[in-house]
Amino acid sequence: MGLTGLDIYKQLPKKNCGECGPPTCLAFAMALASGKTELSACPYVSEEAKEALESASAPPIKLVKVGTGDREIQLGDEQVLFRHEKTFYHPTGVAISVSDALDEDELQARLDTINGLVFDRVGQQYRVDLVAITNESGDAANFARTARTVAGKTNLALVLVALDPVVMRAALSEVADQKPLLYAANNDNYEEMTQLASENGCPLAVLGDGLDGLAELVQKIVDLGYKELVLDTGNREISRVLADLTQIRRLAIKKRFRPFGYPTIAFAQGENTRDETIQAAAFVAKYASVVVTSASGKHEIMPLLTVRANIFTDPQKPIQVEPKVYQVGEVAPDSPVYVTTNFSLTYFSVEGEVEASKVPSYILAIDTDGTSVLTAWAAGKFSGEIVGEFVKSCGIEEKVNHREIVIPGHVAVISGKLEEASGWKVIVGPREAAGIPSFARSRFAS
Amino acid sequence: MAVDPIKERYTSKVGEVVIGATEDQGGTRSHTITIGGDSTLPFLQFEGEIPHPPVIAMEVVDVEPDWNEDVKKPFAGVLQDPAAWARKCVDEFGADLIYLKLDGANPDGEDKTPEQCAKTVEEVLKAVKVPLIVVGCGDADKDNEVMPTVAEAGAGENLLLGTAEEDNYKTLTAACMVHKHSIIALSPIDINICKQLNILISEMNLPLDRIVIDPTAAALGYGIEYVYSIMERIRLGALQGDKMLSMPVICTVGYEAWRAKEANAPEDEFPGWGDQEERAIMWETLTATTLLQAGAHVLVMRHPEAVRLTRKNLQELLVPNKF
Repeated sequence: MGLTGLDIYKQLPKKNCGECGPPTCLAFAMALASGKTELSACPYVSEEAKEALESASAPPIKLVKVGTGDREIQLGDEQVLFRHEKTFYHPTGVAISVSDALDEDELQARLDTINGLVFDRVGQQYRVDLVAITNESGDAANFARTARTVAGKTNLALVLVALDPVVMRAALSEVADQKPLLYAANNDNYEEMTQLASENGCPLAVLGDGLDGLAELVQKIVDLGYKELVLDTGNREISRVLADLTQIRRLAIKKRFRPFGYPTIAFAQGENTRDETIQAAAFVAKYASVVVTSASGKHEIMPLLTVRANIFTDPQKPIQVEPKVYQVGEVAPDSPVYVTTNFSLTYFSVEGEVEASKVPSYILAIDTDGTSVLTAWAAGKFSGEIVGEFVKSCGIEEKVNHREIVIPGHVAVISGKLEEASGWKVIVGPREAAGIPSFARSRFAS
Repeated sequence: MAVDPIKERYTSKVGEVVIGATEDQGGTRSHTITIGGDSTLPFLQFEGEIPHPPVIAMEVVDVEPDWNEDVKKPFAGVLQDPAAWARKCVDEFGADLIYLKLDGANPDGEDKTPEQCAKTVEEVLKAVKVPLIVVGCGDADKDNEVMPTVAEAGAGENLLLGTAEEDNYKTLTAACMVHKHSIIALSPIDINICKQLNILISEMNLPLDRIVIDPTAAALGYGIEYVYSIMERIRLGALQGDKMLSMPVICTVGYEAWRAKEANAPEDEFPGWGDQEERAIMWETLTATTLLQAGAHVLVMRHPEAVRLTRKNLQELLVPNKF
């Protein structure tokens, strides 16, 4: 990672033939360094140079795709161990398991449940990504039929969990075009599994025996020429899995250890689905690219997907809502008007509490570049003038028949300027959003 | 292929803080609890020691709290009796510590006197033998009246008292100095203020091994990622020898999680979100377990089922994982 144009240039043939596009080798090297072209465009590069450049310029963890079209999810391509160092890029794919031993009605019910795992919260939609079909029946026809049904009745990517290549081949004959993740190649079946994956262009999970065995098996599969891989050390106790996932991530990023330069898959275990959910959440935080669980309760999956949304939030960018007038509940011309910032955490805390107050209200979200009330105020982005201007221009004056606005208690000092700028009467509200329900009850309850 | 696992070598470790005092030590606790001491990132036992695994404190309030019915239910009958409530937490739900919040002191509420508050602390101390954490009502002026009296009443018990903030730490620090207690230093999800406050408190000569960091836990879905990263940075700072970030960390999980809309919104209003009670328990649990992954040492929790699930996760995470 991070080769400069000059580093690359040293490895090039320096013929300046221009056959690659750019007129000189140096220009080509610069284009390569910024990712605008590929080394394969050079017809004269030596094998040694190719190897040196490819391993140095390849991302530390390969990007692997599962599924196609709308169902495609991207795994891996992470660059750091801690999210504060930069960000985590590709959210852990959440896979819900489905057994091929279910009868048709049970399967339909299970798929209905999985299709229902879509959640709207804080203005975003959370959903699961994959269905992991497990070959519990041991039967190839059952497995193939279940895979076909799942592919037809869900809009999710697939993981095919079967260690017998004959069983895997049967399912692939039905769903290969969905680009499922094949789980898994092990020491006994890897040649056939690799061939199946390669023939069908599907990503392949590698089930090793601990870190040593996994590295060895990955190398054997890479030697067969296949690199669309997802890693599993085969361990299942949570403390061991966390240690393994940490080592895989560390070795890939800090040592560029190529056999571990792939995404990972972890299976949540537990006596019940709550335990599994709790384990799955730990794997989301600590480096799993895909986590498989049998848990499918809304009350379990929604918190799990929230952990994922939070951990994979880019710490470099504050999340914002659109600065505008929001309505909570069945508003009327006499509904109260609150004002806050467009930092989404701030906005949604206020929205949640306004909703809890059960008094339909308007909320004005001022554009503060996604900063909280006090930060915005300190930076001059939540002054009386700015809020006043927004009040005049946002359209709220046409929606309500009164001129009273509730401001956050922490910025009571802007009251005078705001009244001057807007002509509205300012009511100083509670300092914390949590105080809104009791404030609203005493002030606005009819 | 022999893989050589990366074991980071850190120059330092998290400091230790002892809470509680036994009879020999001048208190009345049956045992003390030590937190901190880690020489590794959370649960990576392959590269360091975790001499004192994280603990769970259960929250008890001195007046019946305005909590969701689902989290009041397990304490039915004892919500107006903090001593009985604390006993139930320890005897039935296995709380490692009691976190007693003196909400009754709030001038907008019952406005209890410092003496009344101190009496409640004494009653709870009599009712349970585990070490105690005691925090004020959150009104700075009132807490500055109440906490010195509480500190005096609890002299000898080596309480953990809260909460000191950047603009209000002197009275509590002085009370902890005089009566030999430890202090909770609260910073608003900000590592610089966290460090600054620890410096301010230690400049008043309270030793570092009597300070616990409260980085302001945020609930799942409400900014937990901020405190998650702050806590990872605090831990890395401690391991790299930054003494002013070396204190163990306490997280008020129950308070935060049960404020979340997801813990309170009834299923009939949000049918897409599933059963409310189950969802709320998972909300508190996943808030707790995510903060464990970030390096929490004390989790302050409310619902007994969330406590049980978190403890089980903790035990599984502590299974040795040396290579």
